[in-house]
Amino acid sequence: MATEVFEKNNVTLAAAPPGIEGPGFFATSLDKVIGIARANSIWPLPFATSCCGIEFMATMAAHYDMGRFGAERLSFSPRQADLLMVMGTIAKKMGPILKQVYIQMAEPRWVLSMGACASSGGIFDTYSVLQGIDRIIPVDVYVPVVLHAPNRCWMAL
Amino acid sequence: MEEQEVLTQVEAKLRENFGDNIISAEMMRDFSVFTIKRDKIVEVIKFLYDEPEMEFRFLTDLCGVHFPDNKGQELGVIYHLHNMFKNWRIRLRIFFSVDDAVVPTLTTVFSAANWMERETYDFFGIVFKGHPNMRRILNVDDMIGFPMRKEFPLEDQNREDKNDAMFGR
Repeated sequence: MATEVFEKNNVTLAAAPPGIEGPGFFATSLDKVIGIARANSIWPLPFATSCCGIEFMATMAAHYDMGRFGAERLSFSPRQADLLMVMGTIAKKMGPILKQVYIQMAEPRWVLSMGACASSGGIFDTYSVLQGIDRIIPVDVYVPVVLHAPNRCWMAL
Repeated sequence: MEEQEVLTQVEAKLRENFGDNIISAEMMRDFSVFTIKRDKIVEVIKFLYDEPEMEFRFLTDLCGVHFPDNKGQELGVIYHLHNMFKNWRIRLRIFFSVDDAVVPTLTTVFSAANWMERETYDFFGIVFKGHPNMRRILNVDDMIGFPMRKEFPLEDQNREDKNDAMFGR
């Protein structure tokens, strides 16, 4: 019954890792379990500065739901977040602050640079805008912005 | 006309009390504009604040300007004052050379001038003597150069990938 629902709506379950299965239990190695958790429920830290932050809010909302990816639990504390989502224009004055937030995150951590401004300064090639956050922190995924369907970004992570 | 009346009344008061320190008084479109000598500007504004018939108690704006073509008078500071009781607006200007960019601070008269003067320092390099906290406000603290001067380049100079031919340089 459940499988019919899944097939009709194009939903796939995450594949189970190799392990020993029995009635009521499933045994596998710890790092595999942690791996599933990390891949399928990433908790983001929305570092929303500009318009891309609004797009992020839209993605969180009901229409393009971010709960599909297990990422509906946001944390504004870097200690508790997996993914630093930098959304919006970062000014040069903001640079050291962003770096500090990144340093405070615990491993494993990823960085998603959303939008043209965060990726490369965008249309703002000027004295006050940092021309891309990859000048100060390592970035894993760049998203050139459209109204969101960032499923590919999470899966890439 | 209301604006003309503003100009005549304020000019009369200022000339009566400050004489030669008022370099010019004119009407620019619909605004009364007075050019004052730099050293007297705080006294003039204080006078306009205190005088019962003037009562310009609101500082609308304090900003800098840079005209590199006016040799000897390249930098300027523009003050916009507003009399809320009669709805009169005037503009006061002072001009000085870029080599001697020091102006007395207006923070003793208007507290709002504090951040406005910091911004003017940040973008034009005009130092306000007597300011309690004369440092940059919007740009990074250790920045070299003053962005709003005409010779400062608009674009970030550290980009390696922008092709000069395509960007008209």
